[in-house]
Amino acid sequence: MKLSEIIKKCNLHVVCGEDLEKKEVSGGYSGDLLSDVMANSKKGDIWITLQIHPNIVAVAMLKELAAIVIINKRMPEAETIKKAETEGLSILTCDMPAFELAGVLYTMGVRGKT
Amino acid sequence: MSPKRVIETCLVKDLDIVAICDHNSAENVRAAIDVARETKLQVIPGMEISSAEEVHIIALMPDYEAVMSLQDMIYENLTPGENDESIFGEQIIVNELDEIEGYNKRLLISATLLPVSKVVNEIHSRGGLAIASHVDREVYSIIGQLGFIPENLPLDALEISSSTTLSQAKARFPDIKAYPLISSSDAHYLDDIGKSTSQFNVENPSLGELSKALKGVDGRSIVA
Repeated sequence: MKLSEIIKKCNLHVVCGEDLEKKEVSGGYSGDLLSDVMANSKKGDIWITLQIHPNIVAVAMLKELAAIVIINKRMPEAETIKKAETEGLSILTCDMPAFELAGVLYTMGVRGKT
Repeated sequence: MSPKRVIETCLVKDLDIVAICDHNSAENVRAAIDVARETKLQVIPGMEISSAEEVHIIALMPDYEAVMSLQDMIYENLTPGENDESIFGEQIIVNELDEIEGYNKRLLISATLLPVSKVVNEIHSRGGLAIASHVDREVYSIIGQLGFIPENLPLDALEISSSTTLSQAKARFPDIKAYPLISSSDAHYLDDIGKSTSQFNVENPSLGELSKALKGVDGRSIVA
């Protein structure tokens, strides 16, 4: 599924990221313990988290995640945005809590991988 | 744990230094300092601060005034809420005679709203040392919460919990070798005091000497 389609249907706000209509999302992962996300997320996942620390960019790059969605109307730290822009990583924000967003994504056909 | 019994236990265990580090609070530091007066035990006023990322950072402060100033700043930045004593227990403030002076109603179990870099800066600006707590644990540790230790975060040391040996921790988390490492008991109960300790080669048990030992300068060092 295209990232741009998810952004539209889930009403996400784009903090940074380009060519969103070209980016492909192949699955989803949700987590706030970055050590767990490093261990268990999969390439191409859209990652739902409340963490806003710059380390989220490194984790997303390492795991080749499709994008990060920060929930609950939270904004990433300035340094996080700067790093994401340098890396060309998409960061989105969402007004919904993680549970709601995961539900909406699931009904759209995005699945977690086991 | 009453300050009197904490200090007595430290003396029985033959410790030279103890840091009193309550969670997001330092209300009982005064009593501990007063009890330890006239003994060989040096009490370092401290606090264990929970950052917005829920990373725990130990603050070791040079004196009582510094820890109180840090506490004021932390209280201003606590996640709003009141302690529920039926769930988290009473948060008692006592004096050096173990007499109850009051109850802290703040939700101290929770995190602050401060990013970890800000926590470290606030500790340093008051002359303290910032040590990442129990980095070998998954929960509330900097590695567990943030995946790895952020670059450019000026931590003075990392603490290994009593459940892991230094060599086990180094094998599991190779990145920690770049930092000074200490072990401590993180004692929440009297029986745990001294369960895990660190030895320093220092002139006296002051924070300044500890700082030199962590840096390994002027002949001071971490022994084990």
